[in-house]
Amino acid sequence: MSSPAAASTRPTHAKVAASLRRRYRSERLFRAAGLAAVAIGIVFVVFVFYTIIAQGYGAFAQTYLRLEVDYTREVLDPNGTHARADLESADYAALVKGALRAQFPEVTERPELRALYALVSSAAEVQLRERVLANPALVGQRESVWLLAKDQVDLLAKGQVDRRAPEADRNVDDRTIAWFDRLAAGHRVAKRFNVGFFTGGDSREPEQAGVWGAVVGSLLTLVVTLALSFPIGVAAAVYLEEFAPRNRLTDLIEVNINNLAAVPSIVFGLLGLAVFIQFFGLPRSAPLVGGLVLTLMTLPTIIITSRAALKAVPPSIREAALGMGASPVQTVLHHVLPLSLPGMLTGAIIGMARALGESAPLLMIGMVAFVADVPRGLTSAATVLPVQVYLWSNSPERAFVERTSGAIIVLLAFLLVMNAAAVVLRSRFERRW
Amino acid sequence: MQTSSFIVMVLVLGALAYRLARRRALAAVGGPSGIRQLHSLPGYYGLLAAIWCVFPALAVLGAWQVLQERVLVDLVLAHQPGAAAGLTDDQKGLLLNDVRNVVDGSVAAADAPPQVQAAAAEWRRLEGIGRLAGGSLALGVGLAGGLLVWRRVGPQMRARNRVERLVELNLLLCSLLAIATTIGIVVSVLYEALQFFRMVPIGEFLFGLKWSPQMAIRADQVGSSGAFGAVPLFLGTLLISAIAMLIAVPIGLFSAIYLAEYADRRVRAVTKPLLELLAGVPTVVYGFFAALTVGPLLRGAGQAVGLTVASESALAAGLVMGIMIIPFVSSLADDMITAVPRSLRDGAYALGATRSETIRQVVLPAALPGIAGGVLLAVSRAIGETMIVVMAAGLSANLTVNPLQAVTTVTVQIVTLLVGDQEFDSPKTLAAFALGLVLFVVTLGLNIVALQIVRRYREQYE
Amino acid sequence: MTTTGDQAPPSAPRASPRAAPEPPRPGAVIDTRTVGEVTVENPVVSARHVNVHYGEKHAIKDVSLDIGRNAVIALIGPSGCGKSTFLRSLNRMNDTIEGARVTGSITLDGQDIYDKRQDVVQLRARVGMVFQKPNPFPKSIYENIAYGPRIHGLAANRADLDEVVQTSLRKAGLWDEVKDRLDHSGTSLSGGQQQRLCIARAIAVDPEVILMDEPCSALDPIATAKIEDLIDELRRNYTIVIVTHNMQQAARVSQRTAYFHLGDLIEVGATDQIFTNPRHRLTEDYITGRFG
Repeated sequence: MSSPAAASTRPTHAKVAASLRRRYRSERLFRAAGLAAVAIGIVFVVFVFYTIIAQGYGAFAQTYLRLEVDYTREVLDPNGTHARADLESADYAALVKGALRAQFPEVTERPELRALYALVSSAAEVQLRERVLANPALVGQRESVWLLAKDQVDLLAKGQVDRRAPEADRNVDDRTIAWFDRLAAGHRVAKRFNVGFFTGGDSREPEQAGVWGAVVGSLLTLVVTLALSFPIGVAAAVYLEEFAPRNRLTDLIEVNINNLAAVPSIVFGLLGLAVFIQFFGLPRSAPLVGGLVLTLMTLPTIIITSRAALKAVPPSIREAALGMGASPVQTVLHHVLPLSLPGMLTGAIIGMARALGESAPLLMIGMVAFVADVPRGLTSAATVLPVQVYLWSNSPERAFVERTSGAIIVLLAFLLVMNAAAVVLRSRFERRW
Repeated sequence: MQTSSFIVMVLVLGALAYRLARRRALAAVGGPSGIRQLHSLPGYYGLLAAIWCVFPALAVLGAWQVLQERVLVDLVLAHQPGAAAGLTDDQKGLLLNDVRNVVDGSVAAADAPPQVQAAAAEWRRLEGIGRLAGGSLALGVGLAGGLLVWRRVGPQMRARNRVERLVELNLLLCSLLAIATTIGIVVSVLYEALQFFRMVPIGEFLFGLKWSPQMAIRADQVGSSGAFGAVPLFLGTLLISAIAMLIAVPIGLFSAIYLAEYADRRVRAVTKPLLELLAGVPTVVYGFFAALTVGPLLRGAGQAVGLTVASESALAAGLVMGIMIIPFVSSLADDMITAVPRSLRDGAYALGATRSETIRQVVLPAALPGIAGGVLLAVSRAIGETMIVVMAAGLSANLTVNPLQAVTTVTVQIVTLLVGDQEFDSPKTLAAFALGLVLFVVTLGLNIVALQIVRRYREQYE
Repeated sequence: MTTTGDQAPPSAPRASPRAAPEPPRPGAVIDTRTVGEVTVENPVVSARHVNVHYGEKHAIKDVSLDIGRNAVIALIGPSGCGKSTFLRSLNRMNDTIEGARVTGSITLDGQDIYDKRQDVVQLRARVGMVFQKPNPFPKSIYENIAYGPRIHGLAANRADLDEVVQTSLRKAGLWDEVKDRLDHSGTSLSGGQQQRLCIARAIAVDPEVILMDEPCSALDPIATAKIEDLIDELRRNYTIVIVTHNMQQAARVSQRTAYFHLGDLIEVGATDQIFTNPRHRLTEDYITGRFG
């Protein structure tokens, strides 16, 4: 880079000019390295989110098959009594099988039939029973019903099976594909919004598995966590910021809080296992214990953010209150605490978001059990959303990949809402002194 | 009588104490007109009485609840026909389990053997007596506490100061929870770890080269044949952490530099939150991403160039962990870089230094201690990270530093050893606590050093 | 010149009774409201109609001023008057501030320093700067001085560098105090020593002009006296522009003085004249301590 001002009076300036080329090259390199780092970071962000969403959005739709179901009297009401007990205990699976056989009359061999029956989920029986119990007049009738398809059919319908691959390399055989294509050609295949995914509990069958049980488990756990960690965290922060004398003890507390904030979460799980379950005998897999463990884990974060919120209140407010003759406790409770509350709430929400995404310590206290029911209380067995993700990701069924990603999307949606709430809270109540 | 009804009764008693003490305070000065003669507002007298009523009572109730369980166990076992002395600890445990199930109603009483039924009935009877006794004791204590305050209520009593002192005490107790947690961690983990070291010598654990805890699965094999040499785990942890740091430190540091020193405000406003998204993603999501996307991707890439990459390679786990740590490093580095005072930058610019010269030779050296502290914190996070490695790294304890092979880590082993059935006397379970102890000690050491460095650095420029 | 007008202080009218208009010299006609002679013979730096904006704020308003070779010019005025801003525009340190905008022309040896082709690195090697608060790098004393020569490639080898470090420290009058501890950290020195270290650091790149932004405001009187002596010494080889709050200091060290007020350059003249016989009322008010 030659400069027009090079004609200078001093010899050193020629040397400066001579150095410029090299220096600007390294400047450009350095800048490019920075830009590249940012770009790589953003590529990672896009890549992570893209894969999850691309794999998971399919979980929100579900494949159904339309079959002609014959509510035969022989199966449903063999004694002709019309008794409700008979209708309840009837073999509805036989109806489903009959409907499938009627659709594909050429299939007669036993192993082949078994493959045929696998087109429809076992949930279809429940579906039919509910229909009949709601309307017993159906007995003896024939009706066209949309039945929940099995996971493989679901994958086929969503185009997630590579038909060109050799048969041995895919878990759907040619025969099933042929049946599926015939059903599709007869407009007997449809995808609908997957209500069961949002309202159902866990299941071994991918097409029946839902996240609601895990969502409730997460909510129960978070309620315990929030109810304990927020008051305790705020109290600890108020003490350290407003009342604590500076001495060995408070120094020790400070060091402890800062260190606990950086202790691996799994260690809190070990603590929970040894203390809450082993020593106090609290039940395993319970949201109560999960909440206790997460409380200990999030407490340092909440204390640290609450202290920052208290620090932001200017001393003049305290002096004004003290000057009116308010006691220190009154000063804090009446003035400082209300002013710093929005900041503390923001911190609490962020802490809760972290707790919601946490899974490692919950593995330790047994929240990884297979729980099909939606938990009903703080001590009933439960799992949480991230652990559900972990459980499903370990399942061998191919269809669980989609479910797992779907559950991740639900989890991320919750986190997004919480963080957005924190941002809104902060911007609305942020006060500049 | 349920415990919850005793709690309600205690609370009612507290409300009563509040009203009575308040009224007594007012009465002592002849009604609301004499309120100036009271040391504190009447509500404080009520509050003081209520506090002294409710809290001791609840404490008694809580303590009783904890102790009752243990006493019950002993009593029920002692009353067993055929003397429980003849039973081994395991059998006792099984029996108790059955009894508990019957008591909860999770097993129908009719299905249980007669011995269990009898024990369950005994348990119920004793439990009823115990609850009643504990509840009564609690109510008595509450009554006494409330009465004590009530009797001393008068104009001279400094009720507000006393209430406030109690409030402060309470605040102090809350902040002591941080210390209690640390002590809890140390004691519980250390206790179980020491039991482990009684079965497996500590030297073998720390320096042994072979790890196969699965050997000791049956009771008669306890402590005999499982190999508990944790060196492969340590090495695996270090390998994965090192890969993660190799990704996270340069990218995090350089993006922090670029965003702090080069990018204009609009770019920064968009890019920074975008990168911080990575910090908000739960680790289980990264684990899934590593296992399902990155692992196969690396394997495919390896095949393309003729390398065998294990499907659960250290590289995949380390890479994804690195991605996770990028925002951590970059936000810490950003803090440290912006903490370098402007005057130092001005000094370099005024000498004619280019921007990168200023950053490399003035800003970074000045920020180095802070950045080093931040990197140490990041290392401690990488070492303690669990879900990514559980899902993406393997279980095979290979003693290797080849990133293309599968390795296992300390956290993976803790999870594998503790998920599922646990017996607190098998070395398999206890080994998890020994590993946890190592993990805690190492990360604690890193954290203390790192926080110390960061703090000293911040003070330097304050 | 369109930028001023209504924003100008009402007490600075174009035809103030005291402001006897200077007879314009041929070839150097400058349209300015400044009282006194803004031009000099053979200037190193000459600024013409310089305006500086910080975002919305108009910090320097249409200032024209020449800076003479191997002399000290003091910029004085109340706080916030724009003297530091003007100083920082002379080596484009304002570039580092987001939202700062400079218009008009500033030439160094006849070359526009805001020209697109002007290299800012090279410019700053020629126009050094010393700041209000001493800002030694957290490195050794030696490294502090050697930094400039090193980045600019001024020393061919270690011996050269040693030589540069030694001369710079000698010129800054610091050599005798630090020669035995060149490897100590620059921040370990006293405030006055640190500031002389910063001056030595600036000298080490052999600039033509040294800008000093209130270099003594953080120092005690003894350290201040040393710096003032040093400035007087440096005048032989360097052009020095010094911003100061301290009028005695301006009187002691400078040959010319320029008085700034709310972004306007009110009056320029020989230091003796400014302090004994100010021609503008604002200057007089300031000199006599009526405000400041």
